[in-house]
Amino acid sequence: MTAVAPVRGALRFGTEESVFIGRSLRHSIRNIDALIMAIMLPVILMLLFTFVFGGALDSEGGYVDYVVPGIILLCAGFGSAGTAVDVAGDMETGIIDRFRTMPIRAWAVLTGHVVASLVRNLFATVVVIGVALLVGFRPNASPLEWLAAFGIIALYILAITYLFAAIGLAARSAEAANGYTFILMFLPYLSSAFVPVDTLPVWLQWIAQNQPITPIIESIRGLLLGTDLGASPLLALGWCALILVAAVVWAAAVFRRKAARR
Amino acid sequence: MTHAIDVRGLRKSFGRTEVLTGIDLTVDRGTVFALLGPNGAGKTTLINVLSTLALPDAGTAVIDGHDVVASPLAVRASIGLTGQSAAVDGVLTGEENLVLMGRLSGLRPRDARARARHLLERFDLAESARKRAKAYSGGMRRRLDLALSLVVTPPVLFLDEPTTGLDTRSRQALWEVIRSLRDEGTTVLLTTQYLEEADQLADRIAVLDHGVIVAEGTAAELKARTGGEVVELRAADESLLCEIPTDGTVSGLRRAIDELDASGLDGTISIRKPSLDDVFLTLTERVGS
Repeated sequence: MTAVAPVRGALRFGTEESVFIGRSLRHSIRNIDALIMAIMLPVILMLLFTFVFGGALDSEGGYVDYVVPGIILLCAGFGSAGTAVDVAGDMETGIIDRFRTMPIRAWAVLTGHVVASLVRNLFATVVVIGVALLVGFRPNASPLEWLAAFGIIALYILAITYLFAAIGLAARSAEAANGYTFILMFLPYLSSAFVPVDTLPVWLQWIAQNQPITPIIESIRGLLLGTDLGASPLLALGWCALILVAAVVWAAAVFRRKAARR
Repeated sequence: MTHAIDVRGLRKSFGRTEVLTGIDLTVDRGTVFALLGPNGAGKTTLINVLSTLALPDAGTAVIDGHDVVASPLAVRASIGLTGQSAAVDGVLTGEENLVLMGRLSGLRPRDARARARHLLERFDLAESARKRAKAYSGGMRRRLDLALSLVVTPPVLFLDEPTTGLDTRSRQALWEVIRSLRDEGTTVLLTTQYLEEADQLADRIAVLDHGVIVAEGTAAELKARTGGEVVELRAADESLLCEIPTDGTVSGLRRAIDELDASGLDGTISIRKPSLDDVFLTLTERVGS
């Protein structure tokens, strides 16, 4: 070598994380189609529900207030589903193997994808709320309530992103991972996102009331619009924590099985 | 002084398929060691065990003084690996790939960038530094892949079929890099299907076939093992009609010529040293049959 090659240095705490977060953010920005879709689709859905169905659902024009919290969660779902594809892609190309032959925590690759998804989705959420305000969304929340709402949204994104990361690890290929994510996309439709639960058939009411999306949406609705919160925040936090823990445990197990030495 | 690589009784199976059936191997520091073998011989599996990607079923492997089972992290700090499938990040540019690897190797951002620039120059990738690796040709990806494992020069470097898919010029350039790495004290273990590559580069060669090492030595030693000179009979248009290995003695030579005489073929006789091809074919046929 013409120049003296540097020697391997010790990594400072958090170097892996910051490097991999930077990598995943670059991936997000360069995958511009997916980014636009993740923002545009919820915005289009919101406009569709507000202007097309909204009149029928609430002739006084208040439907936009009702539907925005549901759209926010739908948006988080779209945005974090990409994590499954990203993770599956890393497993498929063998780049994880390269990282595994280095003295680093290879798990940090996942952390990178998860944090990038969080950033991506919070950005999309802000855009959706911005557009919602333009078309007549009128929240009456205090700054503290806004903060609490964003906290719950962030926790939901984190939990569901880890779930998608685990799906990405478990899937055979990036294409397969993409397919599985659709199943989870339907959950918001079977909740109080678009119509009040008591308008559903009885058997569906039971599903809608006992699935994680409903208390999360009711919490956001309560915090931003002052509707009755009840036990929703507690249930929402419980569900998010449960999904998060289960997803991390599952992801760690699959990662150990697939990326560990056999 | 311990060996850079010390492998004893290494076995590895996948399900009921025994891929490595007892490998013994030592590689001296600062040498190039070639692992030669046909597809499916177990070359990549051996590299995977030595680079801590796979666990051995039995036996030991010590890299740069560290056991691959007991202290994988220490092994990882001592090795670099360029695998068969070019594991580069297609979304990132060549330069970003190198900087990422530099940062993960403990270089400060500025040093990582300087190192990336240097490697891009060296591997003839400077013009494409800002292009995404996805858009690279096969040869360029390969070069980037190798550059990635040289961001910091490891004491021991594993190259799994490093020149597969490269054109002649790139292959020659890569050989130069491998030689200079050796001259600086890096131990290189490379797998190859190309006899010429082993002949050109390696201080020692092991022939791997069906999970066992069937022969080991310098290129000259291996060639000597097949016996002496080879008698060739070529037609007027230089095409090879027949070749007969001899044991190198006068009577052996006479027998070969008698044999040619009896065959009734007509052409020009020449006598040459055995090539590594002869060695390889002799050794792998013997085990295969």
